[in-house]
Amino acid sequence: MTSPSPGLRLASLSKSLGGRTIIDDLDLTVERGELVSLLGPSGCGKTTTLRMIAGFLRPDAGTITMAGRDVTPLGPEKRPSAMVFQNYALWPHLTVAKNVAYPLRLRRLPRTEVAERVDAMLRLVNLLHHRDSRPPRISGGEQQRVALARALVQEPDVLLLDEPLSNLDAKLRVRVREDIRDLQQRLGITTVIVTHDQEEALSISDRVAVMNAGRIEQFSTPAELYARPATEFVATFIGALNRFEGAFDGTRVIPGHDVVGIRPEHVSFTPVPMPGGLRAVVDRVVPHGHFNELRLRRDDVTLSAYVAGPAPQIGSVGFAAVSSALVYRDGRLLERAEAVPA
Amino acid sequence: MPRAISAVLRTTGATAFAITLLVFVLGPLLWLGAHAFAGSWTYPNLLPDSWTLRWWQTVFTDPALGSSVQNSLLITPIVVIASAAVCLPAAYAFARFEFPGRRLFLIGLFATNAFPRMGLFATLASLYYALGLMNTIAGVVIVQLLGTIVFMTWIPAAAFVAVPRSLEEAARDAGASRARVFLTVTLRLALPGILVGAVMAFLAAFDEAQGTYLVGAPDILTMPTEMYSLVLNYPKQVAAVFSILLAVPSVVLLLAVRKHVMGGQLAEGFQIK
Repeated sequence: MTSPSPGLRLASLSKSLGGRTIIDDLDLTVERGELVSLLGPSGCGKTTTLRMIAGFLRPDAGTITMAGRDVTPLGPEKRPSAMVFQNYALWPHLTVAKNVAYPLRLRRLPRTEVAERVDAMLRLVNLLHHRDSRPPRISGGEQQRVALARALVQEPDVLLLDEPLSNLDAKLRVRVREDIRDLQQRLGITTVIVTHDQEEALSISDRVAVMNAGRIEQFSTPAELYARPATEFVATFIGALNRFEGAFDGTRVIPGHDVVGIRPEHVSFTPVPMPGGLRAVVDRVVPHGHFNELRLRRDDVTLSAYVAGPAPQIGSVGFAAVSSALVYRDGRLLERAEAVPA
Repeated sequence: MPRAISAVLRTTGATAFAITLLVFVLGPLLWLGAHAFAGSWTYPNLLPDSWTLRWWQTVFTDPALGSSVQNSLLITPIVVIASAAVCLPAAYAFARFEFPGRRLFLIGLFATNAFPRMGLFATLASLYYALGLMNTIAGVVIVQLLGTIVFMTWIPAAAFVAVPRSLEEAARDAGASRARVFLTVTLRLALPGILVGAVMAFLAAFDEAQGTYLVGAPDILTMPTEMYSLVLNYPKQVAAVFSILLAVPSVVLLLAVRKHVMGGQLAEGFQIK
């Protein structure tokens, strides 16, 4: 699957800061034109990794290769990467057009060519009308697009985005997310996004690297990540999970030494007895629009279930059945167990 | 209508306060201004007995006074430039680097203000004799520079600190060398603060009299040190004229930089989220 020279390759990267190991022997390969997210809780090392890729931090060990070229010893100004900063980092004393022109002016391009490329880029991100505005005067979403234009105008081999949506409000976030994905696809640019928002990562990435404590727990497609989380950490970090200690016998959780994870959508609930169904009481109903989240209780165990259709009465009794469960031993996926048809 | 009465009282009170304040602030200036143009002014006349430009002529034709103006206008800019050359790199270092003794050095800059100036200058004088700096321009420049260090370090350091690091990183990421980043981003954004520091330094150097007198007199006299002999040897109208001249550079300078100091750019620039 790996081509001879991928867009970006990190090989056995390590970094310690202040005596603490932040990144521990990390490997990551991003194919050309691929969009990869680094996803993880705060402090997992994803931002450190991005800053090493951009060249702001020097790794203690390991190499960084961009489009087949080893860039490890190069500073950020020499790397064929461009970064969009979390707070956009636009220069307040320059107009929007001059912000975007800055990287081109450094390359000593003729004035007319600079103007043409800046205009073309501003047209691409739909900001031509703000060409002469100063960054503080435009909205957060527009500032974001200026930052993106300033990065893209450099025609980088690798585009880096640090929490690109965290400063935008919820509505705008979905739109800008689609815009970024759309641009990335059109330009076919190798892209790495750092985010702590799993929905963001799963919705725009070709592949997601879930990070925890300086290591990559799993690196795969969003669908695979959700369906077969390789570690217990990934299973709990992505999506909702009912977590039990024990073993799964095909119908129910029985005493054991493993960890059984059950996604709420793999639990069904009916008021009438069904094969493999376990008697449970409805404790709480949380409406989510097109489905309801039920909190079911059986003795002192609670189980969350996502169920379509009309919500049962709180306090009513019914039967819950599990269709599939994830079983982890020592934190690693042992099997994805499907229910045994009774 | 008690409300109307209290409103009238309040207005009257406020007006009286404003007038008192105005007299308090402007009174001495008016007195000074009147004296500069007064032929003679005898008690109990409210206005001078006669008006004249004679005192201005005296000042402008007196070679000693003229040379003091020249000295001031030559030495002060040198001091500001030398101070910038010494202090701005220090300010940048204080703002951007963590080094052992950083806080000690930062506080230490106030040391010159912590002791009686005259004691400091007396000690300095013995050093100056040894180095042959007495009665030299260089000696005066160094003495005046001492008083500018705090302004030229602390204020620009605060301005450098206020430049977000990500703005510098963005420039490096765009392909700019460190020097280029400093010139086009850091220095440019810290400029209003540096300008304020420079103005403060200019005023401090321009007004410095004690050390300048000790080191420079009798050969190198600046405007403030010349004031000493004016007050003693000339009619007070000449001193009034000279006071006004002494105020001119400060006022001109403050008006010139008002836009940068008070303008919104400094505040506005850093509100970027």
